[in-house]
Amino acid sequence: MLRTTPFHSRTAPLCEAQNWRRWAGYVTAGSYELTHDREYHAIRSSAALFDVSPLFKYEIRGRDAVRFLDRVVTRDVSKCVPGQVLYTPWCDEAGKVMDDGTLSRLEDDTFRLTAAEPNLRWLLDNAPGMDVEIADVSDSLAALSLQGPNARSILGSASDGAVDGLGFFRLTTARVKDVSVTVTRTGYTGDLGYEIWVDASDAPRLWDVLMDAGGPYGITPAGILALDVARIEAGLILIDVDYVPAHRAIIEDRKSSPFELGLGWTVKLDKGAFVGRSALVEEKRRGPEWELRGLEVSWESLEEVYTEVGLPPQLPSVAWRTSVPVYSQGKQVGYATSGCWSPILKKYIALAHLHASHSRPGTDVHMEVTVEHQRRRAKARVVETPFFNPERKRAAK
Amino acid sequence: MSAGHRYDAIVIGGGHNGLVNAAYLARAGKRVVVLEKRHVLGGAAVTEEIYPGFKYSVCSYVVSLLRPEIIRDLDLPRHGLEILPLESTLTPLPDGDHLVRWADHDQTRRELYRHSPRDAEAYDDFGKLMYQLAVAVKPILAMVPPDPTSLSPKDLLGFGRLARHFRGLGEEQFHALFKLMTMSAADYLDEWFETEPLKATMSASGIIGTFLGPRSPGTAYVLLHHYLGEIDGAMRAWGFPRGGTGGVSESIAGAARRFGADIRTEAGVAQVIVKNGKAVGVALENGDEIRAPVVVSALDPKRTFLEMVEPKDLPDDFVDAIRRFKIRGSSGKVNLSLSELPDFTCLPGMGPHLRGAISISPSVDYLERAYDDAKYGAFSRRPYMDIIIPSMIDPGMAPPGKHVMSIFVQYAPSDLDGGWDETKREAFGDAVIDTLAEYAPNLPGAILHRQVLTPWDIEREMGLTQGNIFHGELTLQQLFCMRPTVGWADFTTPVRNYYQCGSGTHPGGGITGASGRLAALKILGGRPR
Ligand SMILES: Cc1cc2nc3c(=O)[nH]c(=O)nc-3n(C[C@H](O)[C@H](O)[C@H](O)COP(=O)(O)OP(=O)(O)OC[C@H]3O[C@@H](n4cnc5c(N)ncnc54)[C@H](O)[C@@H]3O)c2cc1C
Repeated sequence: MLRTTPFHSRTAPLCEAQNWRRWAGYVTAGSYELTHDREYHAIRSSAALFDVSPLFKYEIRGRDAVRFLDRVVTRDVSKCVPGQVLYTPWCDEAGKVMDDGTLSRLEDDTFRLTAAEPNLRWLLDNAPGMDVEIADVSDSLAALSLQGPNARSILGSASDGAVDGLGFFRLTTARVKDVSVTVTRTGYTGDLGYEIWVDASDAPRLWDVLMDAGGPYGITPAGILALDVARIEAGLILIDVDYVPAHRAIIEDRKSSPFELGLGWTVKLDKGAFVGRSALVEEKRRGPEWELRGLEVSWESLEEVYTEVGLPPQLPSVAWRTSVPVYSQGKQVGYATSGCWSPILKKYIALAHLHASHSRPGTDVHMEVTVEHQRRRAKARVVETPFFNPERKRAAK
Repeated sequence: MSAGHRYDAIVIGGGHNGLVNAAYLARAGKRVVVLEKRHVLGGAAVTEEIYPGFKYSVCSYVVSLLRPEIIRDLDLPRHGLEILPLESTLTPLPDGDHLVRWADHDQTRRELYRHSPRDAEAYDDFGKLMYQLAVAVKPILAMVPPDPTSLSPKDLLGFGRLARHFRGLGEEQFHALFKLMTMSAADYLDEWFETEPLKATMSASGIIGTFLGPRSPGTAYVLLHHYLGEIDGAMRAWGFPRGGTGGVSESIAGAARRFGADIRTEAGVAQVIVKNGKAVGVALENGDEIRAPVVVSALDPKRTFLEMVEPKDLPDDFVDAIRRFKIRGSSGKVNLSLSELPDFTCLPGMGPHLRGAISISPSVDYLERAYDDAKYGAFSRRPYMDIIIPSMIDPGMAPPGKHVMSIFVQYAPSDLDGGWDETKREAFGDAVIDTLAEYAPNLPGAILHRQVLTPWDIEREMGLTQGNIFHGELTLQQLFCMRPTVGWADFTTPVRNYYQCGSGTHPGGGITGASGRLAALKILGGRPR
């Protein structure tokens, strides 16, 4: 049986669409309403509330916590001060990405790591000889993500302004009405937003308090369908969709290095030894074979291929998660792994793995589109991600 | 365009069409200045905070046909354009029942079924046919109308292109198109449906902005407009713009500025300076003069030709044609600041219906009666209303927990018996609130502030002659190559170097930007795609 999250007593009655999606052995809402449109727009114009409890969460504490984590992840954990959060992938010995998540430094020697996949055994395997305790708190810790331009006002009004000065990728403890929580200024939407971590037993109460405080600000419970569009706009990759975790890859070719996933900036080669370092040093020297980039599909070209069959362009309002070939001069040079119509940019966008030879922003390529059962190609341009990056995401106020 | 001037072109009027025009000219490298009379940009697409904390989309309230090519060419999203979904339409009924059309197709069909199983089925067939027609008609929006009296190759080619668009239509579609061009909305819908509130609410789109009733011939054609919006549905060129319709104007102004256009407010133009049959600049109301080799008017045709230039500079028959151009105002607007949401007897409490449109159009007779009042010089005692609650869609329109309501009202004739004055305006406002209170009794008690606009106010404040919301009625004899008049539908005027680009030109009113764009392409000498 799939499990329900600690918020289920609240989310279930609201899920009018009965559209539930699997997530790490749990069910969460795909969309609450019959169409996810409004939930998406809440992310960009007011505030959306997501249940993100199915994330795996590990608490790591002990004198060697920093040393241990620095061994495991690619970012430089010694530079992470208490109250700070890092986004980071981690790799196997061959320098291939296994998973990615956020790492919060709660206290001097206490961290919390989120992951999409179970990682406990792997973490423990890397801990021998170190003074660390690693606890799987996935079940006892529930989480909500509040995303959108009104997120600060809502959380502020429910917590006496406790988050008002909270910077991007920083954390604080707070009381949201009478509920004790940890708040991180993080999210998966590329917008102003917070993730709120709470003891599972307080979860329903937290939901009620936020929905109450958020009413006047247009808070909208939102599901995975809306989130998927937002995260593509933000250029954020999704495990099992945009990359295969190294330890699950059946063939070598399916694995990706951080450099190949646009995560080169997270690889701190000069911080000392860590898992995968030597392979990554080598790859950095050679230059990655693949790069993850954005594609913007040309409207004119799309219109052309659709006009030929007498239709206006049909646009994917639900994000697709399939592998779609990308060509240059008739030769395949890569593949897109997720794409959608971006309602805010009014552009058809996709995330694509491109051969280094064709990954330079500004390069013109073709992406396959299926028009009335026929495989056609539409012009597309290689661009940097994020596609959408509003100032408010990082803004101090 | 010649050197020696500070500007290559002057655009009179900072409504959305003037701004679009300026943005395209500036994008092509021209030095452009926009001169707007008011203290804010946007014209009839404007957001103003008249009561502190509450923002009114003062006139227009939804975008429907904003041209996707403009959104792309000017990269309006980058300048803040964001269009939010407005998905349902509720028609409350006097007997306590209601009809709602939802975003979800199945839900709508089930709701229609409740009223008439036949209509539920016909609705799909109707929708398909209208969609097909809309696909055929749509290219017209993007073409400069050819001149039917001309035998020039360019004009003949234009008609050739038009013929090609229609040749693709099957017999059924062609007949339907012909009926739409000639019938009344009510008669046309009678052929399809039996549910009164459905017919009434749909036919209402045919009377908006006209001085006609649902049973007047020629009103059917506008039914198509709704489906034109649907083609661009995924593009979401229709809905509620974040920040109100002023948000659309602001984003266009942002794009124009980025391309280098100068935009001035409180810079009313008194007169276009004409020398030897050629426009050479403008004189401002404050006495300043600005010269440029191109002058574009984004005002309505009456102002563009009867006020901005001397009649002596125009051919007599042209002046006559412009005088005959029908521009009677028939609509009003009531904007409310509310302390709480309206509670509709038919669907009590808070619900998704408050995030969509609410149409007071219970039956075709109701609408026709509202028209009867206006026909004989009075405002409708029980008017047709198209209502939205912007703060439910974009909470930023009102302080947290409070709301704004936008009520578009018909009919309020511009030539009211005895003329409009402040007392009559408020009486009109009362008729609106009283009518609405029959459906949502808590409304009067929730009103913190009310703004009532009659055609008289729209004319005085926004500069739309007779308060006609579209710069001239959108009836067939005033569309396409006849807008504003035969021979001058290609954005040129009888005065050389003087151009027109307001809603009184093809393809007509509404927040489309099409006139502004097509006129710019004409001025630049390019051929629109
Ligand atoms: C009450 C109302 C409701 C409407 N609702 C909708 C709707 O919901 N959806 C929709 O799509 N359309 C709607 N419309 C129609 C739409 O708003 C108009 O067709 C459109 O905005 C007109 O744009 P424009 O740029 O052509 O002209 P305008 O917006 O009229 O702009 C003309 C500008 O010229 C300025 N001006 C006038 N005289 C001078 C002068 N002498 N010197 C300098 N500047 C001058 C004016 O101040 C104004 O800013 C509505 C209109 C009204 C009035």
